[in-house]
Amino acid sequence: MPYFCDKYRILEREEIAKDIYSYVISCPEAAAYARAGQFVHIRAEGYTLRRPISICEIDKKKGTVRFVFEVRGGGTDKISQLTVDDYMDIILPLGNGFSVNEISDEKSIVVVGGGIGVPPMCGLAACYKNVKAIIGFRSKDRVILEEDLKRIGADVTVCTDDGSYGYNGVVTLPLEEELKKGKTAMVYACGPLPMLKAAVNTAKKYNVPCEVSLEERMACGVGACVGCACRINRNGENLVLRVCKDGPVFKGEEVVF
Amino acid sequence: MSMEKDLSVTVAGVRFPNPVIAASGTYGFGQDYTDLYPLNKLGGISCKGTTLLPKDGNPAPRIAETPAGMLNSVGLQNPGVDAFISKYLPIAKKEGNVIIANVAGATLEDYKQAVQRLDTTDVDMIEVNISCPNVKQGGASWGVSCEGAAAVTKTVRSVTKKPLMLKLTPNVTNIVDIAKAAEAEGADCVSLINTLLGMRIDIKTRRPILKNNVGGFSGPAVFPVAVRMVWQVANAVNIDVVGMGGISTSEDAVEMMMAGAKAVQIGTAVFTDPYSPLKVIEGLKQYMIDNNLNSLEEITGTVQPW
Ligand SMILES: Cc1cc2nc3c(=O)[nH]c(=O)nc-3n(C[C@H](O)[C@H](O)[C@H](O)COP(=O)(O)OP(=O)(O)OC[C@H]3O[C@@H](n4cnc5c(N)ncnc54)[C@H](O)[C@@H]3O)c2cc1C
Ligand SMILES: Cc1cc2nc3c(=O)[nH]c(=O)nc-3n(C[C@H](O)[C@H](O)[C@H](O)COP(=O)(O)O)c2cc1C
Ligand code: FES
Repeated sequence: MPYFCDKYRILEREEIAKDIYSYVISCPEAAAYARAGQFVHIRAEGYTLRRPISICEIDKKKGTVRFVFEVRGGGTDKISQLTVDDYMDIILPLGNGFSVNEISDEKSIVVVGGGIGVPPMCGLAACYKNVKAIIGFRSKDRVILEEDLKRIGADVTVCTDDGSYGYNGVVTLPLEEELKKGKTAMVYACGPLPMLKAAVNTAKKYNVPCEVSLEERMACGVGACVGCACRINRNGENLVLRVCKDGPVFKGEEVVF
Repeated sequence: MSMEKDLSVTVAGVRFPNPVIAASGTYGFGQDYTDLYPLNKLGGISCKGTTLLPKDGNPAPRIAETPAGMLNSVGLQNPGVDAFISKYLPIAKKEGNVIIANVAGATLEDYKQAVQRLDTTDVDMIEVNISCPNVKQGGASWGVSCEGAAAVTKTVRSVTKKPLMLKLTPNVTNIVDIAKAAEAEGADCVSLINTLLGMRIDIKTRRPILKNNVGGFSGPAVFPVAVRMVWQVANAVNIDVVGMGGISTSEDAVEMMMAGAKAVQIGTAVFTDPYSPLKVIEGLKQYMIDNNLNSLEEITGTVQPW
């Protein structure tokens, strides 16, 4: 699948929670190829390295891509200063994306997202008819994309660590409850490592295939520098693969946590 | 209307259609940027450093950002020289201009065997990375002593007639002596600089950002160090010099050439802007037009020191 690198016009910008920004850019060529779970690599003026950010939603008809990121340090802060009609220097779409499989109407998929790992779940939810979304945050003021997932048609359960909103606790218990129903064809997860690990183990317990999206510090983003290594066990073989090119999505059981 | 200019340069007898070469480790084996532009736009590519046997490299995180630069501790992850020869070299040769193999080794025997295998291929040049640790000498890198640099050069020279480019490490007290040692043992040219040893610490966790604790520092921040070293080396040796370290614009490339480089390599700048090598080439062309040059070699070593 080809990728592109250009300066793309910003169509929409919104601060959807404190320090969390949603952008929609116009990129018809790239949008035509983009898949859920892929990412964009954004240049931050004055910084050497680009910032990898997951694709949140893709509108192939309009030729747009949406992404959502939190300002964590200088680079994301710089990018967040760009406004509508500015141009953003982006390489996209990168990485492999989630696998989307044919499933019967009685079956559903579960998408599990933690914090800033929730955005890619929107694009993925749009690929399936029956979607259960279980999304976890620190507290009520950090909750993002709940309404978006509902708009896309997902049945959403929100969890907060402090119980200030929705289910009080981590995503693992609601996930287990959902899997117990025996209707789940596939589990997808993106978020902090402990959450991914829990999702993988829970899915395994119920014999449901699981895919997770990994994060690693990146330089090139396109597979050239081998900077973003992760350890994968595939067919009994220990491999060091690239999160940016071989991932960021991997089969849960293959990841060496 | 753009005037046709011949940007070619000759380094150690090898003609490059333009003096911009992708730096080893930043451009893979030449296949990762072809979605954006063909490999043959570049004068050449120095492929990812390869070792005799495949290598898994260091644990992640391997990348840390710095003001105007970055650190890497990839640890020479590569598929090994045989995979390079069978799988990657043929495609690079077909699609690119000058293809340079980059080799590293932990022992002299490693270097010897890797270069021996490359000798029978159609690779155009061999760049020898002597920044990697000499395992028998407690892990200090080959390139930090004249003896180490000389030993590696002599070893690889004995097994190939291909043009040899010795890549020097800047982590030394006197880079000129090292360059002379390589020249004396038969290096056809030298390239510099490899990365400077650096470190960053996350002040929240008190942990180094790199899992390897330390890593190689590159990018625009190292440019003045690189210019100084290229200048010193070019003044001291009679073989060609390829300059690199922090080049991101055509002005940087001109400056590096004035310091004494015949060609340049670009690494980290590609991460910031994948098109930067093309922009440098365009800028060099414009520089030739503006300054009425027939060859870019006319600027090599033309700095007029005070
Ligand atoms: C495939 C992928 C998808 C991602 N998707 C999203 C997303 O949708 N929304 C979102 O808010 N964040 C996402 N992230 C994390 C995001 O890339 C980092 O938060 C961001 O790079 C931090 O940059 P900074 O300038 O704010 O921080 P700084 O700490 O100043 O960054 C310094 C350096 O560290 C790197 N870095 C720091 N934290 C991370 C991290 N967690 N992962 C990778 N590199 C890091 C930066 O890229 C930069 O090179 C994703 C990361 C990856 C690898
Ligand atoms: C991620 C990365 C990997 C590198 N790998 C190698 C390598 O395998 N062999 C080598 O000789 N140099 C390697 N280098 C060094 C570069 O080739 C170059 O000497 C250095 O980065 C300075 O140039 P720059 O500032 O333009 O990047 C690597 C540099 C980076 C950033
Ligand atoms: S970031 Fe360069 S290979 Fe993944």
